[in-house]
Amino acid sequence: MTQYVIRRLLIAIPSLLGISVILFTVLALAPGDPFEELATNPAIPPEVRLQLRASLGLDDPIHVRYIAWLTSMLRGEWGYSFVSRINVDQLILQRLPTTLIVIGTSQVVALLIALPVGVLAATRPYSLFDKIANTLAFIGFSLPTFFTGLLFILFFSIYLDWLPFVYRTQIEATGWRWFWEQVKQTIMPVMVLGLFQGAAWTRFVRSAVLDVIRLDYVTTARSKGLPERTVITKHVVRNALIPVVTLVALQMPVVFGGAIVTEQIFRVPGIGSLLITAILSNDTPVIMAVTFVFACLVVFFNLLADVIYGWLDPRISYR
Amino acid sequence: MKHTNGGDSRLLEIDGLKVHFRTDDGWVRAVDGVDIGIGRGETVCVVGESGCGKTVTAMTVMKLIAMPPGKIVAGQIRWQGRDLVPLDAEGMRAIRAKEIGIVFQEPMTSLNPVYTVGEQIAESLRLHEGLSKRAAIERAVEMLKLVHIPNPQRRVHDYPHQFSGGMRQRVMIAMALACGPKLLIADEPTTALDVTIQAQILDLLNEMKDRLGMAVMLITHAMGVVAETAQRVVVMYAGKVVEEAPVIELFGNPRHPYTQGLIRSIPRLDLAAVKKERLEAIPGTVPSLLNPPPGCRFAARCRYAMAQCTEAEPPLREVAPGHKVACVL
Repeated sequence: MTQYVIRRLLIAIPSLLGISVILFTVLALAPGDPFEELATNPAIPPEVRLQLRASLGLDDPIHVRYIAWLTSMLRGEWGYSFVSRINVDQLILQRLPTTLIVIGTSQVVALLIALPVGVLAATRPYSLFDKIANTLAFIGFSLPTFFTGLLFILFFSIYLDWLPFVYRTQIEATGWRWFWEQVKQTIMPVMVLGLFQGAAWTRFVRSAVLDVIRLDYVTTARSKGLPERTVITKHVVRNALIPVVTLVALQMPVVFGGAIVTEQIFRVPGIGSLLITAILSNDTPVIMAVTFVFACLVVFFNLLADVIYGWLDPRISYR
Repeated sequence: MKHTNGGDSRLLEIDGLKVHFRTDDGWVRAVDGVDIGIGRGETVCVVGESGCGKTVTAMTVMKLIAMPPGKIVAGQIRWQGRDLVPLDAEGMRAIRAKEIGIVFQEPMTSLNPVYTVGEQIAESLRLHEGLSKRAAIERAVEMLKLVHIPNPQRRVHDYPHQFSGGMRQRVMIAMALACGPKLLIADEPTTALDVTIQAQILDLLNEMKDRLGMAVMLITHAMGVVAETAQRVVVMYAGKVVEEAPVIELFGNPRHPYTQGLIRSIPRLDLAAVKKERLEAIPGTVPSLLNPPPGCRFAARCRYAMAQCTEAEPPLREVAPGHKVACVL
């Protein structure tokens, strides 16, 4: 098991290298110049600008620049932002926890909705509960997060004035009050993301459970005299979870993408809004680093899925 | 139509059972008036081709059919004198595995792939016998040993995918017998296995019966299996019992044309070699149970069919002691 994880981590190295090559090339080929701002600044003469470019290595061929990026990256030097003049790693470390908390909590919310609702709907197919759950699920994943986000802000922040609609990093309070303010400002982005994800997963859990519930071994479990609840939780759900784990892990990149939109709407100072501002200002080192962090997270979640997969299904062995 | 022979000594009495299934096209009469009695320690074979209601009958005894779409329309299932039809889910759970064990047709899919066979055998022991986890696993090892699984101490911790089909069926039998049921229902336990394994599983069932003394309700479509195991045979056709007789009587003097057809369709190497005869088949297929034709349901395929066969349904009548047949002939 440990050996398996280590080997998987080693396999992740070449794939991350590949990802970084592609990211770097795409960014290098993309139009836009971080020195655009300087170009329009009359105080800076063109020859100074050219010297600056040369000294920063921006005129070198792509592969030289890539090697330079990679070696400094390996040394732990992530470069600094052209815009804010802050080190990229610091910038990311500032923003990442917020994103991870928002995404993490929203995924937990999504699972907490999808698992019980999906299982219950599947055990009573075409019942009133199933129909209501289905209808809500369809509505849930038909509405994009940028729309529900605005709707939430309109309703909970403007009409009801219950929740703040701008996420603040500095909260001038301590102890429980601080915690409460945090919860209040996190609740909307978390619910928007969580409900959207939960709606889609509810449908998936329902169909996964329906696939398992008619299998022979479920009848075997019933023939032992087990109560229906044990049959469902012990024999059905565990098997139905196997495809669900795959889906959840494969959807992680999509979730990060969706989080970028949600972060913009609620002004969450997360890694997604960092990426957006970096892209808008052609801040290449930040774009490169943030997308690379996303790539690492995706690779990590895939590994996590494979580990959970093997734990759920003994037919898969870690070899 | 009550069974008079034996009276209270009967373990299971299925009486006038009708199980229908609702479909988009109407009600399918899968089981349409079936009487089967099984005495203590007796082996009764239920024979008939696919789709004639054997499995539904067996599953209904355990109330394992999905309701809806299934529905017990009429009849009684008396277990030691007590009717199971009106019994609630909790009452049924106390009967399952503890009183009646069941083995299914498909050993490849009847075991849960994510639990070890030991855990799966131990499950019913813990539930019905209140054993601790360790004691239940110990009993599971004994059960695996009983069904001749080599190296049971180690195998008890293996998962179903580490067993072959025949071995899995042995595990299923161990599981069904773990709580010492008085009746074992075996629903085509050998159909999915290859021939040599089939014989081994039948031998095992016979051996288990000798050692543990439970009654067996063996459902099969193979007449060869019947001859090897049964004491009494019930022949079913299109949801009804068409003939019932002790095994020797049935093979020696089959009265119903359907039974005769089944017996003639047994491949016989000795005859094939000598006479080069073609194997005889019963023409046609089982009629749709959606709107069964009036009269005898076998009439359309029967070589002796007469005008009266399609008019009224022949009742089951006793032609010799213990030998009943539903045919006018």
